[in-house]
Amino acid sequence: MKKVYINSISSITAQKTFDNSEFLDEVIIHEDQVIFAVEPVYKDYIPPAAARRMAKGIKMGVVASKLALQEAGLEQVDAIITGTGMGCLRDSEKFLSGIIDNDEQFLTPTSFIQSTHNTVGGQIALELQCKGYNFTYVHGSNSFESTLLDAKLQLELDEAQNILIGGVDELGDYTTKLNKIIHHIKDEKTNSNNLLDSKTKGTVFGEGANFFVVSNKKQDTSYAEVVSVEMYNTLSQNDVAKTALNFLKENNLTVEAIDAIILGNNGDVEFDGYYNELTSTAFSNTQQVCYKNLIGEFFTASPFGLWIASKILKTQTIPEALKRNHLGTASFKNILLYNQYRGENHSFTLLKTC
Amino acid sequence: MSKGIAITGMGIISAIGNNVAENFQSLMEGKKGISKISKIETIHKDDIMVGEVAYTNSELVDLLGLSTENNYSRTGLLGAIAAKEAVANAGIKDMKAYKTGLISATSVGGMDMTEKYFYDYLENDTNRRYIESHHAGDSTQKIAEQLGIDNSLITTISTACSSAANAIMLGARLIKAGQLDRVIVGGADCMSKFTINGFKTLMILSDTYNTPFDENRKGLNLGEAAAFLVLESEAIVKAENKTVLGYVKGYGNANDAFHQTASSDHGDGATLAMEKALEVAGFTAKDIDYINAHGTATGNNDLSEGRAIIRVFGDSPPEFSSTKAYTGHTLAAAGAIEAIYSVLALQNNVIFPNLNFKTQMKEFNITPQLEAKEKRIQSVMSNSFGFGGNCSTVIFSKEQ
Repeated sequence: MKKVYINSISSITAQKTFDNSEFLDEVIIHEDQVIFAVEPVYKDYIPPAAARRMAKGIKMGVVASKLALQEAGLEQVDAIITGTGMGCLRDSEKFLSGIIDNDEQFLTPTSFIQSTHNTVGGQIALELQCKGYNFTYVHGSNSFESTLLDAKLQLELDEAQNILIGGVDELGDYTTKLNKIIHHIKDEKTNSNNLLDSKTKGTVFGEGANFFVVSNKKQDTSYAEVVSVEMYNTLSQNDVAKTALNFLKENNLTVEAIDAIILGNNGDVEFDGYYNELTSTAFSNTQQVCYKNLIGEFFTASPFGLWIASKILKTQTIPEALKRNHLGTASFKNILLYNQYRGENHSFTLLKTC
Repeated sequence: MSKGIAITGMGIISAIGNNVAENFQSLMEGKKGISKISKIETIHKDDIMVGEVAYTNSELVDLLGLSTENNYSRTGLLGAIAAKEAVANAGIKDMKAYKTGLISATSVGGMDMTEKYFYDYLENDTNRRYIESHHAGDSTQKIAEQLGIDNSLITTISTACSSAANAIMLGARLIKAGQLDRVIVGGADCMSKFTINGFKTLMILSDTYNTPFDENRKGLNLGEAAAFLVLESEAIVKAENKTVLGYVKGYGNANDAFHQTASSDHGDGATLAMEKALEVAGFTAKDIDYINAHGTATGNNDLSEGRAIIRVFGDSPPEFSSTKAYTGHTLAAAGAIEAIYSVLALQNNVIFPNLNFKTQMKEFNITPQLEAKEKRIQSVMSNSFGFGGNCSTVIFSKEQ
């Protein structure tokens, strides 16, 4: 079986991450319950006429995919695999409110066409004229991890050599309102610096696009090797530590070998217990890294964790803003990622230097 | 050539029956499930025909024994019914005996409830429990719960109308790679105002019975359905001496890279998908005995698909038919519905007729199979194509 490498990374989030020469050198402190992506200048990447027809999620996805291809030095890939939890939410809201407001009359097809979950994957294929394998996963907080698993299977068996994978989700105004009334979004404004310790229900919502080229051909510029990814639809809080340790064992590693653990804490007092289970026990002496206070929670927030892991392994540094504890770890070889949302769809991902 | 993956169970609920036996009977009797819409209030009710599942939501809730406080979308309800039949059919007693996963497919997800309560959610809290069942992955989580699949690899695919074919493909690959010993694969989509109006704006809904591959075809009928298949590793089949219904022998996915909603004139993506599937199966075109076509009865699909079939099979392809005239186009579920019809064709050595056909298309000379026909069938090819240029082909075979 071939090994799988991350050959390029790109990220559009509520931090200025689209400039990949930086690694969170400046951190934007957010105050609101809903935080929006810092957008690149789209016309540098997408013709304005085309950009006007695209909702934000599509634009973010298309640009992030271009940045990832550019960094990998590729004009074509063998497959495109995207993940999205909510799909093209703004177009869905627009088409649906149009149906209701106008009693099913005077509708135009554009927002319906673009509301399809695989719009971003299809758009990228169209633009690259990529006729290869093209899948879109829509499984909550494991939408992106499904793309990673799928790509890994193909690369290991050498069915493909370069695969573009990514996760994208956008905020929609009405859906935000709905998530507020069911308290999945916090009732109170919360500062990025306090979110992870907020002790209240719900979280801060965000949006973004994170894309990667994964390959079975290592380059000098490769970031990391993807050792393993595992997903669980359910997991009880009592079993999290045991499952994490088993996962390491399957990969012939112990807790001591893990130089950093990247966690998906989002400051929701009801569900952060899953992460605390790891940080207070098995991984209490491991460098802990958290990021959702900086970019908000969304179903495809977790690939930003992969972006961070890739950066850490390549630069051998961790920005202060990401550190949950301070151990002074100086070199990073193995990084474990763990994520879940509201107690469902858990994932463990293992990366190492290459 | 790689070995096929065993299919050991099937379950289905569609406009032509609430289980596999009823669907087979309707297919053999040429009984369509297309009618005027009865379960959704829409201003288009006199202009469209649809394929609805007979059960109401509350009947489905009763069948599943759910509490009235459940928050299942109709997609989840239909999916759970079909998946349970598949698991029972496979004779699975202990879900935990093997490493079992679930791969489902949907395009609508929980849109049926969202469109019903969209503004009402803000006004009162009676139905707010459905807010979190809107996203596409939710129906899969519910189906997993109904099947007793926990701590497991489960995911959801949404590539529009090829979704369930892709779920079957991924399931077969996961077993081949040793990631899972057993996987339940398929898809579910319920009828919704959202899709009715979406396809209406695209002007591809027929106002009468859909007529696949007919010169005068007027568009598709939307359908709702769910179907699941159980795939098991060779080791389980041997250890438990399982009855194998057929094998997933080949599969291919390609992108047409032509247009967000339309297929290319000569079916480039479709051709690639069929060729890839043949290659994975280690087959040539002459190994296929029957093609269950995507055949949505839109002007664009049937022309593009027909041309692609000719590109792969030449001017004399094996018998082909679209079963969409029976069920309507069941979107993300279609690939699984037609996978089951393909396996039924294998098991019973019969080709299901392409209903409602009257006039030969003028662009080519191939004609779908118009009557039920008995024929020794070794392998069946099933096509599913979707928005975003997504093209998928799965090949089912009697032999591993």
